[in-house]
Amino acid sequence: MIEKNISEILKGYRDADMVKRVIHEIHQRVTQPWAIMEICGGQTHAIMQYGLDQLLPDEIELIHGPGCPVCVTALELIDQALWIADQNDVIFTSFGDMLRVPGSKGDLFSARASGRQVRVVYSPLDAVRIAQENPVKQVVFFAIGFETTAPANVMAVLQAEKLGLDNFSILPANVLVPPAMHAILGSPNNRVQGFLAAGHVCAVMGYWEYPTIAQKYNTPIVVTGFEPLDLVNGILRTIKLLEESRIEVENAYPRAVTFDGNQAAQSLIKKVFQPVDRKWRGIGSIPNSGYGLTKAYMHYDASNRFNSGDIKTEESKICIAGEVLRGLKKPSECPAFGTLCTPQSPLGAPMVSSEGACAAYYRYGRKSS
Amino acid sequence: MTANETTPIEMQGPSCPIPHHHTETVVIGHGSGGQMTQDLIRNIFQSQLGNAFLLEGNDAARIPLEQLNGEIAVSTDSHVVSPMFFPGGDIGRLAICGTVNDVSMLGAIPRFITAGFIIEEGFAMDSLKNIVNSMAQACNEAGVQIVAGDTKVVEKGSVDGLFINTAGLGMIPAGRKIGGQYAKPGDAVLISGTLGDHGIAILQARGDLGFESQILSDVAPLNNMIERLLDEIPEVHVLRDPTRGGLATTLKEIACQSQVSIRLQEESIPIKPDVNIACELLGFDPLYIANEGKVIIILPDHSSEKALEILHNSPYGTNAMRIGEIFQEDPGQVLLETVFGSTRMLDLLAGEILPRIC
Repeated sequence: MIEKNISEILKGYRDADMVKRVIHEIHQRVTQPWAIMEICGGQTHAIMQYGLDQLLPDEIELIHGPGCPVCVTALELIDQALWIADQNDVIFTSFGDMLRVPGSKGDLFSARASGRQVRVVYSPLDAVRIAQENPVKQVVFFAIGFETTAPANVMAVLQAEKLGLDNFSILPANVLVPPAMHAILGSPNNRVQGFLAAGHVCAVMGYWEYPTIAQKYNTPIVVTGFEPLDLVNGILRTIKLLEESRIEVENAYPRAVTFDGNQAAQSLIKKVFQPVDRKWRGIGSIPNSGYGLTKAYMHYDASNRFNSGDIKTEESKICIAGEVLRGLKKPSECPAFGTLCTPQSPLGAPMVSSEGACAAYYRYGRKSS
Repeated sequence: MTANETTPIEMQGPSCPIPHHHTETVVIGHGSGGQMTQDLIRNIFQSQLGNAFLLEGNDAARIPLEQLNGEIAVSTDSHVVSPMFFPGGDIGRLAICGTVNDVSMLGAIPRFITAGFIIEEGFAMDSLKNIVNSMAQACNEAGVQIVAGDTKVVEKGSVDGLFINTAGLGMIPAGRKIGGQYAKPGDAVLISGTLGDHGIAILQARGDLGFESQILSDVAPLNNMIERLLDEIPEVHVLRDPTRGGLATTLKEIACQSQVSIRLQEESIPIKPDVNIACELLGFDPLYIANEGKVIIILPDHSSEKALEILHNSPYGTNAMRIGEIFQEDPGQVLLETVFGSTRMLDLLAGEILPRIC
């Protein structure tokens, strides 16, 4: 019954006539060129999957933001993960996407192929279960993601505490959206004039942080969902704000997002995580843009448990992932795109993840555009 | 100490240990080639798969050539699916159906199958029996015979339970020319039913979904349906089963082989709501998920309605649809027209979505 309801609900947000009507209105409203960033990689993929960018007026340029957690996870962290996975008696667990992200030397897939225990999990709680079932092994979960995955990562730590597991730890790698928006909009070569805020991040965190950002950088922000109708509606509302010179924050995803967000989730996050400076791959260090463990939960931090020492990192020399992630270049402008760099043999993380901009361009056939 | 003072030996009866009878699990001895192997072959394989060819008991099957008319089609496949039992089937049914379908995709009538079993020691004899029974049933349904087989038992840990390698042999009736290289501009593309059922059923059976669903694998032998189709419509150009890599990958291969482009209409592609939802939640594209009981049919468009009628009358084709057309320009491309009027390109599946699905 529930399944039927889900598919009925989704149908409404994929209604071709409704989408076309909104697209038509966008065409009527636009009078000049606008550059809008969708920050979330899930939105980038939906736009490509449904080909929505092809339907927009030429005046609107969509800039793809750094909203793919796999892509922005710092090379140092990936190398550290590879180092931990290479230790004896460790079961390293991760979401599937992370396995193919290239570190300085090799990836987690090659670690697995060489006999190391690397397992794909669909939820951080699966990693806790693995720790329970393997008491003589150290089980480490690679806790990546934006604010969206933070509650689940927190739950894994709390569950491990509740079960008294001393063989479970996480490698904290969560990143936060608002500091990244500050970094993008405050950068001297910023071209973004309007923002589609990531609906699922806002479902957890609310959007109370956004009015300050909008005012500070003179940039309207519209909280936007992920279905075709959500996306075109978010774009339409951003265009209206831009055309009317209104610097405001609007919520175009009210079925999932409130101003304050999910209070229960936020208070759990506060208990276990605290903001720390974090390095973003291709972008650099952004102050207070990641979650580390609070003092009370520090002993669940894998980087304390395993001393990997100094790790020397080395990025590909051709890959322009940094510029793609900052919205300065399109994936297809990269000399390696589709030739040296493909999802089968990626040079940079955005070609790997299902939310990466390069992978979206490749998969949905934007090779030459 | 004299001989008389020797402590008498306490006789405890004959001490030669009676060997255990290994009837519940497969042990290394079952692969020795000796008595235990013979017992295994007789009790598990010949009893369920027996036919005149197999019962001859020679090193190879003797197949009279009169049974073959025209060309023969030969195919081989290895089956390593995990878990071995899944909703809608098991590794045995999969091994037979997969091989039957591969041979059928040339328009051949599958006749004979060989099966090699690589078994991990300790494998439950009951499970083996059930798997072989499924093979027997699938053979029956498809009208094929297993004419040669082999059994190896390997040490614990060398394989995961049971792997089956098969070969299939079929006859291609004179005049049939079917293959991935024969798609022509103006042809229509049909699919025999809903997509992604097998891959999602396997994922669910592994307990990886984290939620319950009732999705059954579509694993089925398609040769009877295909034979009816070819009987009525001999001018079919391409038959291909979209297994690993799914519809998108298979069509991309055909587009490259035939040097044509393929345009699909998204709204006509049949996908079960459950499969769609599972894909939504897990971030998969159903067009890239494996099928084990579906066939892509490419044929002159004027025959597509008649073909659909034949498919709809078969138990494995009730949801058949016409999903696209073949064009001359942009050879090698597969384009999907969305309901919104935009298009997107479909490419080969990159890397692995789900390992060991077949």
